[in-house]
Amino acid sequence: MFDAVIRNFGFLMGGFGVTLELTACALTGGILLGMIVGLGRISRSKWIYVPVTLYVNFIRNIPLILVIFWFYFVMPIIAGKPLNPFISAVISFIIFEATYFGEIFRAGYQSISVDLIHAAYSTGLTYSQTARYVLIPIAFRRMLPSLITQSIITFQDTSLAFVIGLEEFVRRASIVDNLEVRSIQLYGFVGIVFFIFCFIGSKISLHFEEKGRRAGVL
Amino acid sequence: MAYNFDWSVLWRQPYGTWLLQGLWVTIKIGLFSWIIALSLGIIIGTLRVTPWKFTRFLASAYTEFFRNIPFLVQLFFWYYAGPMLLGDRLGHAINQIIGLNYYVAIFALGIYTASRVAEHMRAGFASIGKEQYQAVLSTGMTQYQMYRYVIIPYALRVILPPLTTEFLTIFKNSSIAMTIGVAELTFMSYRIDAETFHGLEATTGAMFIYLLLGLTVVRIMGFIESRFKIPGMIGR
Repeated sequence: MFDAVIRNFGFLMGGFGVTLELTACALTGGILLGMIVGLGRISRSKWIYVPVTLYVNFIRNIPLILVIFWFYFVMPIIAGKPLNPFISAVISFIIFEATYFGEIFRAGYQSISVDLIHAAYSTGLTYSQTARYVLIPIAFRRMLPSLITQSIITFQDTSLAFVIGLEEFVRRASIVDNLEVRSIQLYGFVGIVFFIFCFIGSKISLHFEEKGRRAGVL
Repeated sequence: MAYNFDWSVLWRQPYGTWLLQGLWVTIKIGLFSWIIALSLGIIIGTLRVTPWKFTRFLASAYTEFFRNIPFLVQLFFWYYAGPMLLGDRLGHAINQIIGLNYYVAIFALGIYTASRVAEHMRAGFASIGKEQYQAVLSTGMTQYQMYRYVIIPYALRVILPPLTTEFLTIFKNSSIAMTIGVAELTFMSYRIDAETFHGLEATTGAMFIYLLLGLTVVRIMGFIESRFKIPGMIGR
């Protein structure tokens, strides 16, 4: 039943490795940039707030596929030479996902009330102690479920690197399919693998949500 | 490498017409799949709150299935494997349909977005108090009448803002149809690159077209939201 998958298992899994690498790079960059974007979105200076908000709203209204193409076209012009599609894909994912992570961080930062900070100060905690023992743990617990959910979405989004010919999981499946014409099992297999990872991820996210609710931080 | 910008690919013939044709296909895919998504999503969302365990299980399995697999993989599965699943004769007949990719894209995007609409419906139902259900039943309505005339219309009005977001997303997701060769907006901007090597200008133009489309949708939905918002609830 899965004969074509078994014959090409190594080749397919090599593609899955690329998918994982893409996800790791996109998440690291996307979350780091997202933290900064989130700060920019609550900045009081309009020189920071306006450009960051324009960037976030612009990117969020554009399909990811188009962002991938755009960077694929623009990178060689900036670099002056043809660029590895992996790098170009990673850059587009970071720029794209950072706007989504940024909104999660913004919500997390904004969920901390001024009263809580005052209360922490009144117990004699210093600024860094307040941040270390009160603000960051609470904000992090509040954001964690959304961060995990967005990470799952990022993991799924990396499949779109397909369009610039990057040999990730889906592209490898389609290469095998072109040779062997076993669409049901090949795309079925890809779907099952994605499903297992994402399903577990969504359950973890749910777990932290429940935990946060029981602790009363959500 | 000096790059010579040529923005005229956005309006020069035939490229300008290509972009407009692409936009039209994007709008059609978005609207048709939205009809599927909304009707199917309402049904599945309602099944998730019914008192029967089996239908609840079916509905949540539907949501989990579509949410945990990338849309690109779903699209490929329906397009390439779908006809094979139907057996030799029927599958062969389906493969003869002209413009099959276009119909598959609408179908796939519709049933995918339905799972997301269903999730919003569930949240909408959860926002309705128990008393309201009891009050409706006490007037002598049946379960079916209760959902049909009171609960579903009420939930739909509550979840209009997230549905607007979903409606915007469906136009963005329709761009993935280009991977099976549907000539929508992103496809057309890529096609311009293939002919002129001015993909940067073409995709930049397409970005602004998507932005305009999004702003138009927000305007229209803002009007609908203000008409259907529930008096006394917090508006936007």
